[in-house]
Amino acid sequence: MKTFPMGGVHPQENKLSRAKAIEVLPLPEVVQIPLGQHIGAPATAIVAKGDKVLTGQKIAEATGFMSANIHSPISGTVESVDMQLNGQGLRQMMITIKREGDEWVETIDRSTEIKRACDLDGAAIIAKIKEAGIVGMGGATFPTHVKLSVPPGKKAECLIINGVECEPYLTSDHRTMLEMGEEMLIGVEILMKAIAVDKAYVGIENNKPDAIAHLTKLAEQFKGIEIVPLKVMYPQGGEKQLIAAITGRQVPPPPALPIDVGAVVCNASTTYAVYRAVQKNMPLIERVVTVTGKQMKEPKNLLTRMGTPIQSLLEAAGGLSEEAGKVINGGPMMGRAMVNLASPVTKGCSGITVMYGADAERKEAGQCMKCAKCVSACPMGLEPYWLAKMAKKQGWEALEEQMITSCIECGCCQSSCPAYLPLLDWVRLGKQTVMGLIRARMAAQAPKK
Amino acid sequence: MEVLFYTILTLCVLGVLAAVILYFVAQKFKVEEDPRIDDVEKMLPGANCGGCGFAGCRGLSEALVKNDDISSLFCPVGGSETMKAVAAYLGKAAAEKEPQTATVRCGGTCEKRPRTNQYDGAKSCAVAASLYVGETGCAFGCLGYGDCVVACAFDAIHINPETGLPEVDADKCTACGACVKACPKMIIELRKKWPKNRAVYVSCVSKDKGAVTIKACKAGCIGCGKCEKVCAFGAITIENNLAYIDPQKCKLCRKCVNECPTGAIKLIGMEPLPKVAKAAPAATKPAGEAAAAPKAVGGPATIALKASGSNPLLLVHPTKAVMESKAATSVEGVIVELKESGKNPLCLVRGKRAE
Repeated sequence: MKTFPMGGVHPQENKLSRAKAIEVLPLPEVVQIPLGQHIGAPATAIVAKGDKVLTGQKIAEATGFMSANIHSPISGTVESVDMQLNGQGLRQMMITIKREGDEWVETIDRSTEIKRACDLDGAAIIAKIKEAGIVGMGGATFPTHVKLSVPPGKKAECLIINGVECEPYLTSDHRTMLEMGEEMLIGVEILMKAIAVDKAYVGIENNKPDAIAHLTKLAEQFKGIEIVPLKVMYPQGGEKQLIAAITGRQVPPPPALPIDVGAVVCNASTTYAVYRAVQKNMPLIERVVTVTGKQMKEPKNLLTRMGTPIQSLLEAAGGLSEEAGKVINGGPMMGRAMVNLASPVTKGCSGITVMYGADAERKEAGQCMKCAKCVSACPMGLEPYWLAKMAKKQGWEALEEQMITSCIECGCCQSSCPAYLPLLDWVRLGKQTVMGLIRARMAAQAPKK
Repeated sequence: MEVLFYTILTLCVLGVLAAVILYFVAQKFKVEEDPRIDDVEKMLPGANCGGCGFAGCRGLSEALVKNDDISSLFCPVGGSETMKAVAAYLGKAAAEKEPQTATVRCGGTCEKRPRTNQYDGAKSCAVAASLYVGETGCAFGCLGYGDCVVACAFDAIHINPETGLPEVDADKCTACGACVKACPKMIIELRKKWPKNRAVYVSCVSKDKGAVTIKACKAGCIGCGKCEKVCAFGAITIENNLAYIDPQKCKLCRKCVNECPTGAIKLIGMEPLPKVAKAAPAATKPAGEAAAAPKAVGGPATIALKASGSNPLLLVHPTKAVMESKAATSVEGVIVELKESGKNPLCLVRGKRAE
């Protein structure tokens, strides 16, 4: 069975909510919509305090190409457009909307009827996706229309749909593939048309045999879509790892992108959102969020409107108990612990994981014993122990030479370290600093040209 | 025996040959270096801290010798005296700067600023700052993991375990600026160094609105503007809900300290002014008339006086020298003497009488 060639770990899967059908969370009374919930420039608000908005109405416009539109997830009145606390306790520009009923924009088709025929051409499809504000819903939140706009001189050869969901605990993509499989495959067909390829692979790890069987059966009705079962290995859901696993091609180090090896990768939930945007005019205003944890009363997959406070998701799944130590936005490997539970669900929030007791605590760090477990675990072929040491010493130039910008922040190094060293913390700091330095250098060079 | 002889002879010949070759090579590739660089380097403190912007003292000495205009170069550790000596040696004009010291502008002690969560990542302010707000509700305050302590080459800054905040030992601090660069929250500032390490500064950098600030930290600046109003020297400005005392304009009069409702204005090395029970009646007296002086018990005398015009009641603190002058036997005497000579009583604040 296929997998990526280098590194990786296999953490406990703990997919507690895998058999739980998607439930619809009741509409929130107040939503907060951050303007920057995607990679790139934050969107620009086009509503002001006191404006009435409808569900699905555009409330913020993309600022430039590398940005995404944002739509109102509920109907009501805009209460404020100001700085609010996000999950990390930092202030971020957000639009706050108070709900009044649930009135939708008329052009949106809310029926569940499946619509397969699509007579739009590639450019029109991409325009529709851009208008709907779709971004990568696996967590990276890369604007999808940017991904699909193949730069001149490069050619897409295949489309890869990421149904891997390698992150422990999370099951939102799994449930989407099971319950909205046909819609998702129509989405695949639309995406194939958008980038003009005739081959698409849907990569699914073989810990989801039901999804593999279901989609394989459905795929018979579609031309050029192949379901590829993959060996369970974290971080297979990483874009570069998935390309390597399915096509055997290695994406060169940054600034190269997957398109340089002819691949375009799209997450399963994103593909479903593409179907809804193109066929139903539905902007990205809701998503499936897994709410899970070992002592959670009822781990659930909730269909949630964007901007819903995370607190209300936790309550829907039985609430937080006394032993809850950490609430993580995302999964335990790549997610970020939150300090503010009133913060909203965003486009990239695939799950809320609660860690309890000893699981929530990091063990005390010891000394690096040069065992090189982190080196063999790194899926990018880096040397995390060295990068962490160098980041501590602020040797930014050395870090740049050692390709710290290739790090995908998967956390394999830290989870495999027998000394419990906070390797990823340091590597992340180093990566951020080096990328800042590279940007500063490019900005300094730009006017000279 | 013969073997030994030839061995020694061969080694000697090789040695002489190598010496000759090395001599000529050294002559050929000799690097002419200005001998003054060595001399200047000896004059510099030799701390190699990088506070001047060069990698070490050698770098600065080279720049000092090579550049004609050295007014942009400065060694914060040696200060103006060293620079003067170097400039005199080189025959150039040196920059003059007041001595400075690092000041930690956060008063969020464990008591004043309750923790809201626990951080268990890498113990580094830079890492924590890149991840989230920090262990308290204040997004601007000190994180307390000691990046500044690590950065300091002079052992001048340490975390006080009781408050969880760094404290600067002003006697050791050389104002090299390493801690200023190391702090991801930009809390540390280089401020003018007064004699006896006296200082008055706003110990807060929170730009949040007052209500938000005070919720996270009881010692925060809420931007109420009381200090701005009371300052007679225009040294205090409020911007983004935060007061800032300009060290160049501040005369250490300490009036703002008592005004601050949250205690965000810190006073170091001096006794605070005694709290004046609203000396309003004095303010209503005709201009130019001295008000009754509340005397601090055991401390230096304090004069309350009303300056001419529409100025509010001003409090000034004469130094020992003034009080020892003949007229200073009475508080009124000082003021009357100054007024008669046409001098502004405010000049007392600097501890000197305007001549």
